[in-house]
Amino acid sequence: MKKSNQRPIWQKTLLGTATSVAMASVGVMGMAATASAEESFKVGFVTFLSGGASGPFGVPAAQGADIVIKAINEGSLPAPYNTKGVNGLTLESVVVDEAGGPTKQVEEYRNLVQRQDVNAVIGYISSGDCLAIGPVAEEMKMFTIAFDCGTSRLFQEIEDPQYMFRTGLDAVADNVGAARYLAETRPDAVRIAGIQQNYAWGQDSWQDFTLAMEQLMPEAEIVNNQTPQLFQGSYSTEISALQTQRPDIVHSSMWGGDMESFTAQANVRGLLSQATAILTTGESGLHRFDGQAPNGTILGGRGPFGGFMPENDLSEWFTEAYIAEHGTPPSYPASKAAQAVLALKFAADNSGTDGVPSSEQLAEALKGAEFESVSGTVRMALAGGHQALQPMSYGEYHFEDGEAELRNVRSYPGECVSAPDGYNAQQWIKEGFPGVDCN
Amino acid sequence: MTLEKTEVSLIGVAVALALLSLVAPNWLIFTTTLAISTALVVMGVVMLMRAGLVSFGQGLFYCLGGYAVGLGGRFFGITDALLLIVLGVAVTVGVAMILGLLVTRYREIFFAMLSLAFSMILYGVLVKSHGLGSTDGFGVVDWTILGFLPGSGESSSRIALLMALALALGVALFLNRYFRSSIGLACEAIRENEVRVEYMGISRKQVLYINYVIAAAVGSIGGSLTALAAGHVDPTMAYWTVSGEFVFIAILGGTGHVAAPFIAALIFTLVRTYAIELAPNAWQMILGIVLLLIILFLPKGIWSLFTRKKRVAS
Repeated sequence: MKKSNQRPIWQKTLLGTATSVAMASVGVMGMAATASAEESFKVGFVTFLSGGASGPFGVPAAQGADIVIKAINEGSLPAPYNTKGVNGLTLESVVVDEAGGPTKQVEEYRNLVQRQDVNAVIGYISSGDCLAIGPVAEEMKMFTIAFDCGTSRLFQEIEDPQYMFRTGLDAVADNVGAARYLAETRPDAVRIAGIQQNYAWGQDSWQDFTLAMEQLMPEAEIVNNQTPQLFQGSYSTEISALQTQRPDIVHSSMWGGDMESFTAQANVRGLLSQATAILTTGESGLHRFDGQAPNGTILGGRGPFGGFMPENDLSEWFTEAYIAEHGTPPSYPASKAAQAVLALKFAADNSGTDGVPSSEQLAEALKGAEFESVSGTVRMALAGGHQALQPMSYGEYHFEDGEAELRNVRSYPGECVSAPDGYNAQQWIKEGFPGVDCN
Repeated sequence: MTLEKTEVSLIGVAVALALLSLVAPNWLIFTTTLAISTALVVMGVVMLMRAGLVSFGQGLFYCLGGYAVGLGGRFFGITDALLLIVLGVAVTVGVAMILGLLVTRYREIFFAMLSLAFSMILYGVLVKSHGLGSTDGFGVVDWTILGFLPGSGESSSRIALLMALALALGVALFLNRYFRSSIGLACEAIRENEVRVEYMGISRKQVLYINYVIAAAVGSIGGSLTALAAGHVDPTMAYWTVSGEFVFIAILGGTGHVAAPFIAALIFTLVRTYAIELAPNAWQMILGIVLLLIILFLPKGIWSLFTRKKRVAS
């Protein structure tokens, strides 16, 4: 006890100084945040910068958004976005790490809105974060675009959304699309197996996929589903279990590093020479497999993103700009982030106001709108105009002479893979897709 | 009953915070509410630490409190915040009374690992519960307090803060007396020398059991408050890294005083949120360095700053 009394003076001084510097900087930062609010349009961009989802999703998404934001400020985007800035204002972004779980994200969201005075928020890869942020965005009346999260519960949990938007598809579309692709290209497949990460995304994906398969390929038999832990990394037990079932098709919703390591391991073990894998998020590995996935492996990109982007001025510009900056073509998270930023520019340019548009004006402009994007024309046609309706694409991986490409690509229109408004997605599949339009 | 000096200052600080909330920016109110909730769970960790036990599974009770609020609102239609918190405490005390029979037989690393295991079991069960949204969790219903709907926006977060303040003050006043009651002192004696305590005719098992159950109940209140403020619950609440964070904040604050966890939790949250703002790519490093410095220069926790001043003055 006595020891702690007799601190040398330098320690006391150091502590004292540190405390006062900390206090002062807190005050200064609080002032600085409010000072620069009016001259520019400030958007909060929330994405994984640390943790397992940062490498495959978070960082490419941040890079994709960054490229578009830079181009917006230079005015170098192709038409119809060739005006400088958003609604004439410089677009300034504040990047926040999405790691840490929903409670922390709610806290950081409030800080973005109230302390940093952002004018809009774009973000959220994790479905749990989206579900937690949705009600808060409505409560705080802040224009918010979810760019990637896939839960179909997002707009079921918000009654009459006003401020929350999603410019991508939900996970139901991924799995209905996967079942449709199999029904068309592998009609003779009988034994279907799956491997999913043991958490909400994996469980939801497998449920939607099996429900859709019952409708579209009633002859097929679900023989097995493995649920390894998230970030498990080694899948030898699961691969053995799958091999004993002799499947024709292995469906997997695994993503990022897990998906890549599973594919590489299953390929070496021979599972993928017996069975064809259908990877609903496989596009993020398109330029990373380097032949470690067998030719013919079916990849999805959660919509017309990444390698599935249709050819138009925006997608060509984006691919070129991304390659120039990062040396590799953009993967689907990068294009989805780019799409959300374009949606923001569209909403701001069409808000019909001078200066900084309010959240209400932005929401009014984007609700039910059609805007051009890297993935073609996006229609905000679901959830009362708050959720994008887009085609879903699948294709086969082919690797030749060091070049990876997608072949036999098929695209299903939005009405073919997404439940119409007012339907619970699972109910919609079970009832045999009422109101479906696949032409 | 006369109030002693600590109690007067605790009440004074709580009233001052309540008054400050009228002028403070809204984000600070919300952050403070979360910090107070966290501090309550940390208080449970501190209670166990005083008895020489380190729990890496306090997230179990934090999560139970949170899920009781979520499920109580969703399935039993309870919307009164206080009733939901009481429900959480009742469930948690029930669980802790059963687990306590087993875990209080163990010490040191065995206690730490066993408590961690139980919280990870809850995590595993929740992840497998597809109906409860698995890892995505689910939203908490709009709550009322004493028949009054706080509505949305600024007034709602202020009411959440006032509720957290009132509950935390109650807990702090209780624990302040508890720490100096015979059972509270017996806990410290057990940490120093268990055998001697038994020779004095005190049942160490009983003391540790009661201490464990109270620590669980306090943790549950923290979890319930977090769920009510954030409006969302998910299984991460029971994950071991969350429990680890509680232990860390406990060490940061020190076990010297009932106010220490509150100060430590507030500092931890503020450092973290400013680190995220300043360095989105390296905020963990800033947080780590700051915490390392605090531990290097204040090995007895942040509270030792206050005790030292007092000694110098006297």
